[in-house]
Amino acid sequence: MSAVNLNSPEVQIRETRLNSITGFCGRASDLVRCSHARRLHNRSRSFSQGMMCSSSAAFCQLSMIVDAAVINHAPVGCAGDFPNFHFTFRAGQAERNMPSVIGRYFSSNIDENDTIFGATQKLADTIRLAYERVHPGAIFITTSCASGIIGDDVDGVAQVASDELGIPVIACICEGFRSGIWTSGFDAAYHSVVRGLVKPPRRKTNKVNIINFFGAHVFDEMLQRLGTEPTYIVPFSNVEDLKYVSEARATIQICPTLGSYFSSALEKVYGVPEIKSPPAYGVAGTDRWLRELGGILGQEDEVERIIEEGHERIGPKLEEYRRKFKGKTAYLTAGAAHGHAIIALVRELGFSVNGAAIFHHDPLYDNENPASDALAHDIATYGDINNYSVCNKQSFEIINLLNKYRPDILVARHTGMAHWGAKLGIPSFLVDDEQFGFGYDGILNYAERIEDTIDNREYLENFAKHAVSPYTKWWMDQDPFTFLGGDTNVDSY
Amino acid sequence: MEAIQTSTAIEFPRYSCALAAQQTVVAIKRAAPIVHAGPGCIMKICGMVGQGDGYAGGGDIPCTNTGEREVVYGGEDRLREIIDGSFKVIDADLYVVLSGCTSDIVGDDIKSVVLGFSQAERPVVCAETGGFKSSNYVSHELVVKEIIDQYVDLHKNGGVERGLVNVFASVPYQDPFWNGNLEELKRLFEGIGLKVNILFGEDSGGIDEWKTIPNAQFNIVVNAWVGLGIAQHLEEKYGTPYIRFPYFPIGARDTSQMLRQAAEFGAVDNAVAAAFIKKEEAKYYGYLDTTMDFLLEFRYGLPRRFYTLLDASYAIGFSRFLLNDIGILPSRQFILDDTPERFRDEITGLFAEISGLRSAEIEFLSDAGVAHELIRDDENRNRALILGSAWERELANGLGADLLIVSVPITYRLILGCAYVGYRGGIRAIEDIYGRVLDTFR
Repeated sequence: MSAVNLNSPEVQIRETRLNSITGFCGRASDLVRCSHARRLHNRSRSFSQGMMCSSSAAFCQLSMIVDAAVINHAPVGCAGDFPNFHFTFRAGQAERNMPSVIGRYFSSNIDENDTIFGATQKLADTIRLAYERVHPGAIFITTSCASGIIGDDVDGVAQVASDELGIPVIACICEGFRSGIWTSGFDAAYHSVVRGLVKPPRRKTNKVNIINFFGAHVFDEMLQRLGTEPTYIVPFSNVEDLKYVSEARATIQICPTLGSYFSSALEKVYGVPEIKSPPAYGVAGTDRWLRELGGILGQEDEVERIIEEGHERIGPKLEEYRRKFKGKTAYLTAGAAHGHAIIALVRELGFSVNGAAIFHHDPLYDNENPASDALAHDIATYGDINNYSVCNKQSFEIINLLNKYRPDILVARHTGMAHWGAKLGIPSFLVDDEQFGFGYDGILNYAERIEDTIDNREYLENFAKHAVSPYTKWWMDQDPFTFLGGDTNVDSY
Repeated sequence: MEAIQTSTAIEFPRYSCALAAQQTVVAIKRAAPIVHAGPGCIMKICGMVGQGDGYAGGGDIPCTNTGEREVVYGGEDRLREIIDGSFKVIDADLYVVLSGCTSDIVGDDIKSVVLGFSQAERPVVCAETGGFKSSNYVSHELVVKEIIDQYVDLHKNGGVERGLVNVFASVPYQDPFWNGNLEELKRLFEGIGLKVNILFGEDSGGIDEWKTIPNAQFNIVVNAWVGLGIAQHLEEKYGTPYIRFPYFPIGARDTSQMLRQAAEFGAVDNAVAAAFIKKEEAKYYGYLDTTMDFLLEFRYGLPRRFYTLLDASYAIGFSRFLLNDIGILPSRQFILDDTPERFRDEITGLFAEISGLRSAEIEFLSDAGVAHELIRDDENRNRALILGSAWERELANGLGADLLIVSVPITYRLILGCAYVGYRGGIRAIEDIYGRVLDTFR
C-alpha cells in the first residue's frame, strides 16, 4: 500500500510500497489485468547484468538544485555519477539562459576503517566542509550500500548539523542494495524534499508544478493560455522555489514513474491536485490529459480550443506520416511510464510495435488510481502488445530479442542500448528529452526524427559488417527469456 | 597561503574505487569482468573512468545486482548462478570475478565460489575489490597480480625469452589516453629492439600474451608508483628483474632517456637502439623547430605559466615537458591521486630538480576543492595553462586560463587513440595546447 509518512526519514521502496516488479514476459493486457487485480507477481532472472541504482536516481534530481550542495556518504567510487549529471546541469543552464553555476558535490570518502568503526564523524566533517566552502541554501546527503550496511545514523547527523548551521541538512536514504528498481531513488529524493524543505502554503498561487527531468520548457505557452505559470521541478529550481511548491494550483508530471511519489505527497499533505491522466503522448492521450487539466484549472473552454487547434495543426502532416510508416515495425526499450508514452507515439504514427522491453512495472502508482495507468490506455487506444517484457536494462535479453525481431527502428530511452541496434544494423535513436514527444506537436517531432533515423542508414550498414559482439552464438540462438525464472514473491524480487 | 586539507572528504573527484579495476579487466582483449556488487556500481564506475564500453564492458558486464536478500543471507549462491550464466552468455577467454562493498562487508567467500568452477573448461579468477578498500590505482595492481597468480602461473611455459619485456604503465581508463599511450610505448620499446607484452588495449595480444609474462627477460614500469608492486611481485615469483621510469615521458628528452635506460638494462644491440632514437629525435626536433617561430612571435598572448591537477605520473611528465620543451613555467602543482606516503619523497625530489635551473612547488591532495581555492587566490598576472580534468573548466574560464583536459573526468573531450607519451605524444601535446589557445581568439 502506498504511504506518505513524513515522520520517517525514508520512504518505502517500490517493491514493498507499490508491489512493482522487474521481470515479466507476455501480453501487455495480461500485465495490466494482473496489476489492477493486485495479483501481479515478479519473475527473477538467474543471470543478470549491471543496471543502475537508487542513489544515482536520487542524485539525478538533487544535483541540479541550483543553490544546494550534495554529499554522497559513500566510498569515492559512488561519486562516479557526479561528472555526467554535472554536464547535464551545466548544459541545461545554458539552454535556459540561466546564470552559470557549478554543482557542488562532495564524497565523504568512506574507507575500510569506517566500515568497522562507522563514518558518522566523517559525515559531520564533510557537512561542515561543504557548508564553509559553498554556503549553500541546503545540503542533501545521499547514502550508499556501505553506509547502509554499517548502519550509520545519517538522519541523526543531518539533524544535528541542521540545528547547528541553521540551514536544512537533509538525509536522502537511497542505498542501492535496498531496491532492485532504481526509480525508488526518485522517491527517496522527493521524500527528502517534501520532508526537509517543503513548507505549508502561505497562500495559493497561479503556479503549476511540473515534475520533470531536464527537458525543454514545452508547457510555458499552454499554461499561460490557461492563466497559470509553470514551476519546473526539481532540476534547475532553487531551495526557495521548492519550499513553496505546496502553494501551486496543480501538479503535472512528464512521467508518472518519475513523479508518482512527489505529486501524490503534495496532494495528500498539502492538497495540491495531481493530474491523474497519463502524460499527454499521442492524440487521444493529449486530449484526455488536457481535459483533466482544464477541469482542475476551471479552463474547460480554453482547453477545448487548444484541442481543436492542435488537431487542425497536425492533422494533414500526421496523415502523411502514417501513410509513410504504415507496415513498418518498431521495437522499444525504456523506463516504465515513458516507455508507455513511446508506445503510444509510434503507434499513433502507424508503426506496429513488435515488442517492448520496459525497465520495471508499477501495478498502480501512489495515487492508487487505475486511470493513471498509461499502459492500460495504450491498450485501450491502440490495441494489445503481444511481446511485452519487463526487463531492468538487461542487455543480453534485449539484444537477443532485437536479433530475432529485426525491427525497422529501435527507440531507446536509456544510454547503452542504441549502440546495440547499430551493431545489428538497425536504425536506432535515443530519446534524450522526454518533453520532445509531448502534446500534439510532439507527435510530429517524433515523426520527423524517426524519418531521419530510418533514412540515414549507410553508416550503420557499414558499421554492422564490422561490429564485434561479446555474446555467444549459443545465447543468440536461445529463447530470450531462458533465464527468466518462475513466479516468485514480489517481496524477494 | 598554505594548502590545508582539513577533512578526508573529496570535492571534484578524479579517480574511482577499488571495484573500478573492472576497467582493467575490460582493457584485456576478450576478458570479461563479473561483478558481485550492488546494482549501480558498474555504471557509476563507467561514468568516471570509461568512455566507450570495450568488448564486454559497460552495460554488458554480468552483475549480481546485490539486494537486501544477499546482504542479509549472503550472496554466494547468487554469485555462483551469475558466473554459470556468464559462461553461457558471454564469449570470453578469461573471466574475472570482482566483489564490491556489499560482498566484502558481509563477508562472502568469493574465492571458494570461484574454486568450485572447473578451470579446465573456463578460466575464471577473482579479486576482492570492495570499493571502500582503496582507489582504483591501487586495485589495478591487485587485480593484475591476482590474474598472474590464479591464471598465468598455471599456464607458464618455457624459460626466459631474451628481449621479451612486460610493460606496466597506464592504468586503463583511469588514464584516459591509456590505449594510445600503450600503443606508443610498445612502438618505442620495439623500436630499440625489444619484444613487448603491452597486455592491454588495441595493440595487445589477449590472454596468450598474458601467458608469456613469466618468460620476460625483464619488466619495465613507466609510472610514478602504480605497477611497481606488480614488478616486485614478478621479481619474487619468477626472478624477473625490472627497471622503472618514474613518470610518463612526454617529448624527446625524457623519452630518449627512458629508451636509453631500457636499452642499457636489457643489453640490446646498441646500434639498433641508437639509430632508432636518433631518427625519432630528428623528427621530433624538426617539428619543434617548425613551432618555434609561433612560440616566440605570436603577439596576442600565449600561456606563460601552468598548473597541473593530475596524478603523479602525468604531473611530473607534463611539468618537465612544458618547462623544458616549450618554455611554460611552473606555478603550483597538485598531485591528486592519493599517492601512498612511501612514494612522496621521490616525487617531491623530482619536482625539486625539474630542470637544471629551477624547482617546482607541489601539494599532495585528494580534495581538489583545496587546489581550486589556492589557484583562485594566486596572483593571476599572466595567462595560465591548467592541465586537469573537466572539473577545472569553470575555474579556467573564471581566470581566463587555457585548459587541457588530461585527467578523468574528461567529459568535454572525446578520446580514442590519442597519446601524450613518447615522441609523438609530445608533438600531439603541443598541437592540443596551442590549438586550444588559438581557438580562443575571435
